[in-house]
Amino acid sequence: MTLSSSSDKPVGVIGAGNFGTVIANILAINRPVLLYARNEHTVKHINHKRENRKYEIHSNITATNDLAQVARECDVIFPMVPSEHFRAMMKVLAIHLQPYHILIHGTKGFDVTLPTGETINSVATLDRHMVKTMSEVIREESVVVRIGCLAGPNLSKELAQRQPAATVIASQFDEVILIGRRLLRNDRFQVYENRDIVGVEIAGVLKNIIAIAAGALSGLGYGENAKGLLVSRGAVEMVYLGRALGGDVKAFLGVAGIGDLVTTCNSPLSRNFTVGYRLAKGEKLQHILNDMSEIAEGINTVRIAKKCADHYKVRALITDRLYKVLFEGMTVESALEFLMRFPLSADIDFI
Amino acid sequence: MDILEDKKNKNKPYKPILEDIPDWPVYQLSKNRNEFVNEVTQQAIARIHALRPQRKQLIDDLEATVYREQNRIKRNRWRADPRDDSKFWSGIKNELVELGNKSHEEPDAAASKILERIVHRYASEIAGNFKQTSYRFARSVIKFGFLRLLNGARIKKFGAFFRNRYTLRDKIQIVGKVKMIRQLARQGTVVMVPTHFSNLDSILIGWVIHSMGLPAFIYGAGLNLFNIKIIAYFMNSLGAYKVDRRKKNLPYLETLKMYSSLAIQKGAHSLFFPGGTRSRSGKIEKQLKLGLLSTAIEAQRSLYMAEGVAKKVFIVPVTLNYNCVLEAPEMIEDYLQVKGQDRYFPEQDKYGSFGMIKFLFKFFANPSSISVSIGPGLDVMGNFVDEKGNSLDATGRIVDTRDYFISNGDLNIDRQREDEYTRMLSQRIVTEYHKINRVFASHLVAFIAFQMWQKKYPKLDLFSLLRLPEEELELDYQEFKLVFKRVRKMIYRMKEEGKINFATHLKGESDLAIQRGLDNVGVFHLNRPLVKNKKGNIITKDLSLLYYYQNRMVGYDLEQFI
Repeated sequence: MTLSSSSDKPVGVIGAGNFGTVIANILAINRPVLLYARNEHTVKHINHKRENRKYEIHSNITATNDLAQVARECDVIFPMVPSEHFRAMMKVLAIHLQPYHILIHGTKGFDVTLPTGETINSVATLDRHMVKTMSEVIREESVVVRIGCLAGPNLSKELAQRQPAATVIASQFDEVILIGRRLLRNDRFQVYENRDIVGVEIAGVLKNIIAIAAGALSGLGYGENAKGLLVSRGAVEMVYLGRALGGDVKAFLGVAGIGDLVTTCNSPLSRNFTVGYRLAKGEKLQHILNDMSEIAEGINTVRIAKKCADHYKVRALITDRLYKVLFEGMTVESALEFLMRFPLSADIDFI
Repeated sequence: MDILEDKKNKNKPYKPILEDIPDWPVYQLSKNRNEFVNEVTQQAIARIHALRPQRKQLIDDLEATVYREQNRIKRNRWRADPRDDSKFWSGIKNELVELGNKSHEEPDAAASKILERIVHRYASEIAGNFKQTSYRFARSVIKFGFLRLLNGARIKKFGAFFRNRYTLRDKIQIVGKVKMIRQLARQGTVVMVPTHFSNLDSILIGWVIHSMGLPAFIYGAGLNLFNIKIIAYFMNSLGAYKVDRRKKNLPYLETLKMYSSLAIQKGAHSLFFPGGTRSRSGKIEKQLKLGLLSTAIEAQRSLYMAEGVAKKVFIVPVTLNYNCVLEAPEMIEDYLQVKGQDRYFPEQDKYGSFGMIKFLFKFFANPSSISVSIGPGLDVMGNFVDEKGNSLDATGRIVDTRDYFISNGDLNIDRQREDEYTRMLSQRIVTEYHKINRVFASHLVAFIAFQMWQKKYPKLDLFSLLRLPEEELELDYQEFKLVFKRVRKMIYRMKEEGKINFATHLKGESDLAIQRGLDNVGVFHLNRPLVKNKKGNIITKDLSLLYYYQNRMVGYDLEQFI
């Protein structure tokens, strides 16, 4: 596994959250890594204590607080920043980026740009002019065109323990997939490829909705039948929504779709699952959010997906009910009751 | 956008940016025509060998080529085809059979030789034949002829034929970034990519290039145009190279692309219609053909890879705006027939030399004008460039186009990457088309009338709507005017936002603008798409034609304001 001329150039990772730290550690097996953290304190902590968020830091990693340095020293950069900060981060980073840069992001969320005077609550529906995936944000904000995304069942804690796992790198460019694979792949980490980057991004985002629902079912004390029902119907709903938003069905059947969905729905470790679980136990949303150190992307996703579904006239029952639970005070029980009573017939009608 | 730059002194043409024809890249290219054809042949062969590394694959392609060529000769022969076509191809066929039959001594060499013969034939067929003298002659004939026609047709008096009251500039307005394209043509190679609505486009754009003071461009012109002798003469002398859309085989396509790519690398300003064929529906092209477009990107990368300071390739989108397209009735019929199926459009050229002259006379007799919008210069990645040719990002920062071809710190060839870049460039060009498209009153009245009828019959799909008897369709003038004003206002606003452009005649008194639109829309057709009836209301004589003209305004989401 050799890389040509710039093989000793460091790889950049932006964002030292859980996933960012773990990906930096995986990259560090093959290459020096420059890890950007917003917080100066975190930078010092990583560089001196060699530890972040309870993860040990690989000796190949150097933390920095300087985005310009990351752009200057690295050709390949992995932005791992929550979706709500993503555009703002890109605006700062873009000044330093050149067309030779390759960006592979790992953010599972949508970016929303609202018409002036509107808020996410006030706006009636959302369409694709307002809702963007992260790769689209990168395109809009910078000159970088060679863009990829990472998606798949990648729970940070398990990756850190070097348990077997896989990810998908999606990009329109073979070159990006190849480089991403060379950098990430090791004997415990399999890397698949997909050319439908938008589909993969959307799959990765929408699964967060179903993860909340899975947490809610679990919180109500239901077992595996209920979960099987949810996962399969949830996958169908993702396909409907995903197609309306411009993804291809295939992305939803792969590692980034079903693979990620099954993992998050079965994992009390995931933040989205936790939100659903605690909602079902009767806690209020605000209360749950106050306790969480990182954002549960799913909450925002429910809101966005619901308004998109309304705009594109897609039937998305689970999303719709979750929206009511999260933002309109409906109880988890009555949401479930509604879903169980809804007259449905066709199992699968999209293949 | 600097519209109507030279309104004050519109009779004063731009000075040529290169005075002497021998300095023109296109002249250099044709002076060394044989060398150039050989270079194209050799490089195309190398490319085809790279694409088909095994002899078996190559021979499969050669066999497919022969089969298709013989089929073409049998089914779809054109006047422009060489006389020895069938002889040549049956010769190739025999050689291929021989190659397959016995254990050939040097099968690789033999296959290569056959390939070379084919590619060389194609390269010679494609290559243009620019001649200094005939260029000068053709240019003055066009100028003189157009002028005489124009004056003779417009002033209906004896002797008017020899007056100079009207000039072509009255007839054809050139708006947009003329200065910029002149500057870019000095610094790099310009690839002009116009929309394509009419067979007239090719001649029109040739005149436009000349009157902007630019050296002759090499053209990708449909071989079918060369069937019409009078056009063939002009096209040849204006530097056209031939594109034969009947030939879809690998050797042909690679040769054609290589021709374009090498010509651009040699600095020959080029022009092709990226829509591939005339827009049958009347819509601005949404899907571009990627083949020739990819050669601009490939040429730019090759220029970077050759040592020294690389010349830049600039893409210039252009839209041609007509009040009336001569071929509209047949084209919209074609379109409606095959809508929904991806079928090949049979090329029918009903107009011989005489028909063409008749059309020209009609065209000049009518005050309806044509406008040509020159778009801003782009680099091959679709970034805007400044007047010095620097590529700019969205914030106006200068970026180096070369960096798009760098991986791991080095320039490299990556065909898949360039395919994606081509796709991205084509989307950028389509966006620019919509932005520089110049709305005429005639386009707008057609759009509004058609959409109002569509709205009246919301349950009807397009085909049922088009089948409605024309007598049943009548729009109340006052109602029409109200909608016209509303949509026009939207267009004003969109222009502020840089999303569209419009002709100055669209402004002013709405009654006048509407009248102007009605007078001009599809004016040469036997059945006019829109007219006023005795009551002053608006009716149509041909709904399909109206559909053709309204399509020009599709893609702006204006339907919601009807």
